[in-house]
Amino acid sequence: MRPATLIDSEHLQLIIQRLCYQLIENHDDFSNSVFLALQPRGVAVANRICETLKEILPESSIRVGSLDITFHRDDFRRRDEPLAPNRTKVDFLIEDKKVILVDDVLYTGRTIRAGLDAMLSFGRPSAVELLVLVERRFSRELPISPNYIGKSVDSYDNQRVEVRLDEKGNGKVLLSTTRAQK
Amino acid sequence: MSKLSVDHLLGIKYLQPGDIKLILDTAQNFKEVINRPIKKVPSLRDITVANLFFENSTRTKLSFELAEKRLSADVVNFSASSSSVKKGETLIDTVNNILSMKVDIVVMRHPNPGAPEFLSRNVDTTIINAGDGTHEHPTQALLDTFSLRQELGDIKGARVCIVGDIKHSRVALSNIFCLQRMGAEVMVCGPTTLIPKHIETLGVKVSHNIREALKWCDVANVLRIQLERQGGEHDVRYFPSIREYSQQFGINGEMISQTGKKIVIMHPGPINRGVEITSDVADSAESLILEQVENGVAVRMAVLYLLAGEIGRN
Repeated sequence: MRPATLIDSEHLQLIIQRLCYQLIENHDDFSNSVFLALQPRGVAVANRICETLKEILPESSIRVGSLDITFHRDDFRRRDEPLAPNRTKVDFLIEDKKVILVDDVLYTGRTIRAGLDAMLSFGRPSAVELLVLVERRFSRELPISPNYIGKSVDSYDNQRVEVRLDEKGNGKVLLSTTRAQK
Repeated sequence: MSKLSVDHLLGIKYLQPGDIKLILDTAQNFKEVINRPIKKVPSLRDITVANLFFENSTRTKLSFELAEKRLSADVVNFSASSSSVKKGETLIDTVNNILSMKVDIVVMRHPNPGAPEFLSRNVDTTIINAGDGTHEHPTQALLDTFSLRQELGDIKGARVCIVGDIKHSRVALSNIFCLQRMGAEVMVCGPTTLIPKHIETLGVKVSHNIREALKWCDVANVLRIQLERQGGEHDVRYFPSIREYSQQFGINGEMISQTGKKIVIMHPGPINRGVEITSDVADSAESLILEQVENGVAVRMAVLYLLAGEIGRN
């Protein structure tokens, strides 16, 4: 079956704009807020958002770090194939800052749980929020809920949300279906 | 490739170039972890590691213990001087007793070459060789290669000279295997008596002249004279005196400046200052010695993490 397009590039532009204005409502000029993007695909989303924020707020300095969660996962030694870690780059302390965690897709919530754990290695934030480009509803295995949502979708377990963004965050989001229903 | 082709780390000679690359790449991530404000990750929290040291060690033991603790593993330590080995227990019995306390990984240093390999065939656990006699010291070679890769960017084509007591050095043998697998050219340099016969068959160059060796190389990995492995019951002496060795093979600042180029200096420690290397060289800007110690923890974390990833899968 051919994958269906969930978000095309025009739609993506609108979503990013909306998310940016929602963020500005809560974070003002971002002087006390930082972005932590989850590797690998949260980084492209965060980059796109920060570029747009800089256009809207040229005076503000927006800080973005990338966080790899491989060593904090709860499925180490349980997966068929071990995961290769990605680079973590956090050049600032998050102590008493408002942290906005950014990821591409929220599904079971386990990645975000690991992300929260990894984040605490860099200090104790005053508050943590979660931004996701796509939220897959009714599939959470942990009590985790996003603060900012690009788009919510209802999907089956045998479906896969594919976020195809380049480094700058341009691209589209597809929904593909594998034959075998779990 | 995201997993190793081996179940134990017994020596570099059992590793493929892909394994070495995977360990070094993973170590890069752990180096970032150990520079965080909180230097700990929970990956190995359900793993117990036993450090079995049948021979003295300060830095390797400390480095392994830190690596294990930073991965959140439970650690038990054992040293031969205060154990039942003195009461006549065999190696297999000692290890099996420790394993019945539900230990998942054994890190072992032993004075006899091949002891970890022997153990891996006879007990059911993951073994990491932390140095076996004059045979191999794989994690030291990996951390040397990691430090070098960080310094030079790429190891391929680099000329590395290992200077000193090659005959008694497990670091030399592991380094030769590791550097060659990563594409470096290796030379060994030392007195004739301290270079094993037929070492050229491993594909290394041999020199007995330190000045010529320094002219050839980009990197000098200087080894300590292992006095504890000389002498003994037959009182074999490999060179007339420390003073003469130092005059013939000791590296000093003047020698390096005569070559007219930058030579990276490495040393696995412990250093005998003034014997194989002078303080001005050991503490110079080109020296990676302290960098090697820091990288040791990251590399050992990578080895433990990658081997632990396969435990309990079968």
